[in-house]
Amino acid sequence: MNTQVMNDRPVLLDRLALNLGSKPIAWLRALAAPASGILLFLLIWHLAAPTVVTSLGTVPGPVQVYQQFRALVAEHRAERQKEKAFYLRQEKRNAIKLAKNPDTRIRIRKYTGNPTFFDQIVTSIYTVMAGFLLASLIAIPIGIVAGLSKPVYAAINPLVQIFKPVSPLAWLPIVTMIVSASYVTDDPWFEKSFLNSAITVLLCSLWPTIISTAVGVTNVSKDLQNVSRVLRLNWWTHVRKIVLPSAIPMIFTGLRLSLGIAWMVLIAAEMLSQNPGLGKFVWDEFQNGSSNSLGRIMVAVIVIGLIGFLLDRIMLLLQRKVSWDKSVALR
Amino acid sequence: MNNAHLIISAVSMDFTNPDGSTFRALQNVDLAVSKGEFISIIGHSGCGKSTVLNIVAGLYQATLGGVILNGREVSQPGPGRAMVFQNHSLLPWLTAYENVELAVRQLFKSHKSQAEMRDWVEHNLSLVHMTHAMHKRPDEISGGMKQRVGIARALAMEPEVLLLDEPFGALDALTRAHLQDSLMEIQASLGNTMMMVTHDVDEAVLLSDRIVMMTNGPAASVGKILQVALPRPRERVKIAESPEYNHCRHQVLKFLYQRHGATQEPTPADAVASDKALSKVTPLNPDEKKTQVLNMAS
Ligand SMILES: Nc1ncnc2c1ncn2[C@@H]1O[C@H](COP(=O)(O)OP(=O)(O)O)[C@@H](O)[C@H]1O
Ligand SMILES: [Mg+2]
Repeated sequence: MNTQVMNDRPVLLDRLALNLGSKPIAWLRALAAPASGILLFLLIWHLAAPTVVTSLGTVPGPVQVYQQFRALVAEHRAERQKEKAFYLRQEKRNAIKLAKNPDTRIRIRKYTGNPTFFDQIVTSIYTVMAGFLLASLIAIPIGIVAGLSKPVYAAINPLVQIFKPVSPLAWLPIVTMIVSASYVTDDPWFEKSFLNSAITVLLCSLWPTIISTAVGVTNVSKDLQNVSRVLRLNWWTHVRKIVLPSAIPMIFTGLRLSLGIAWMVLIAAEMLSQNPGLGKFVWDEFQNGSSNSLGRIMVAVIVIGLIGFLLDRIMLLLQRKVSWDKSVALR
Repeated sequence: MNNAHLIISAVSMDFTNPDGSTFRALQNVDLAVSKGEFISIIGHSGCGKSTVLNIVAGLYQATLGGVILNGREVSQPGPGRAMVFQNHSLLPWLTAYENVELAVRQLFKSHKSQAEMRDWVEHNLSLVHMTHAMHKRPDEISGGMKQRVGIARALAMEPEVLLLDEPFGALDALTRAHLQDSLMEIQASLGNTMMMVTHDVDEAVLLSDRIVMMTNGPAASVGKILQVALPRPRERVKIAESPEYNHCRHQVLKFLYQRHGATQEPTPADAVASDKALSKVTPLNPDEKKTQVLNMAS
């Protein structure tokens, strides 16, 4: 029963987001079903949670989880206060030094507090976007060329098929070794941990986009290909005016799949390699093992789900913006 | 016959089936077309009419034989030939104007200025009476209008040979009649050679100088060629009463009904008839048309 309701959630949330923007009455009606689904889920959770006892106490219900969320917000605020205070003190000290001796060289030291839950969210989103955007920039052109040329497709296909099912956990050690061996600068633009996570995400989110784009390009209608040949469009115009617009829906199907995978991969990579981000937060709480840990992990799980859902919605909006056919059902 | 404008010479076409076997769609198709002539190709569905047109367009390569245009063999699509596709084949993401513009840009970007190209696009859209809706996308206009845009796109390429694959097949009778009239007007003023596939006997008789009747596939060929000796300009209502019209109509219908289901090689008598028909073609004065084209373009 419990899992049943869980499975229904994405669909319900889907409807919810799709129907925003219509009239208020229709709005309420559209919201009624998803809202009752969520309420039912919360109710079952609330009743079932206290009956499961773990080494860290009973499983937290929705109320405890919400309390943990409030606590995380409070911690975040406190941390920001501390940071502010730190910089204020430093400024004051520096001002005094300067007053004594105007030639003193002032060194501004960075605040090195612990990243809060919300800092980890920002890091994760930033990392996933970097990996995913880079992957897309590589995958879409490869997909287009593979879709246009049978030999290229034949050359790429075995590699794609072999690398596609590789788990991020298998990539991670290789990526880590290569990055630490080859990325040696005194003044790094990026943290090594960021590079490790982003590259792992990239490696796992290339494949669906390549495959979908290639399929979309291969399936450009025969009629339009004939038009292109009769008009004798050159290669570039052919790609821009005929291939890309035809393949947009498939490209976005691939991009959405890739982004979903990217987000899942990132959390796993952060957990495994202790790279900053939501995955590290979950892992740290798990290791920490306080009575609050389970609740805090559940907050993270819900936030991870919400962000994944939001990322997918953003891709949908983007697709609607880019696609010429506004009437297609976008799901 | 050898100096004809467009020669389809002993064309055979094999397709490879998915299982690897070959399927002979056309066998020994022969046809010579004079400049400015209007040819209709009529035949039962699936006999290979589109295939003939695609070979002339250069989209398909004939397995045997070939197509010669102005003394040069056709091996790929070229600027002298434009095609109006069966299902309009407009790019759905471009407006009517942009669809025509795509063709114009590709052909004329080195010898026309931006303004000239714009005028040329608009001129061709006005030839098919589409000026009022030229900034609409294909899904916002009717089937007849889409077909008009398809014709404008083809005309904008200034083709010597205009190939039309069942251009009005999917349209209602009234729209079809309008477009047929437009097509006759356009041909009278531009003088292009036209090859049109149709399955409508009345349309074939009304528009054509000659009607090419194809035998049924597989291994389809030219069965019979009929000369339509009706004076131009033709008016559909007047013509419908003329004995020649009814004679031609009857001939075509007879052919189609006789051949239905039967696979027949063209008889020697048919070949002689087609040769005679060809010699009867009265070439329209090409010079006269050139000046008209220039007038239209300026
Ligand atoms: N690309 C192709 N591959 C295989 N068979 C084809 C292809 N195009 C046409 N054919 C076959 O050739 C025959 C003639 O087709 P087509 O020229 O489209 O007929 P029509 O236009 O007269 O209806 C049909 O039997 C069709 O199945
Ligand atoms: Mg056809």
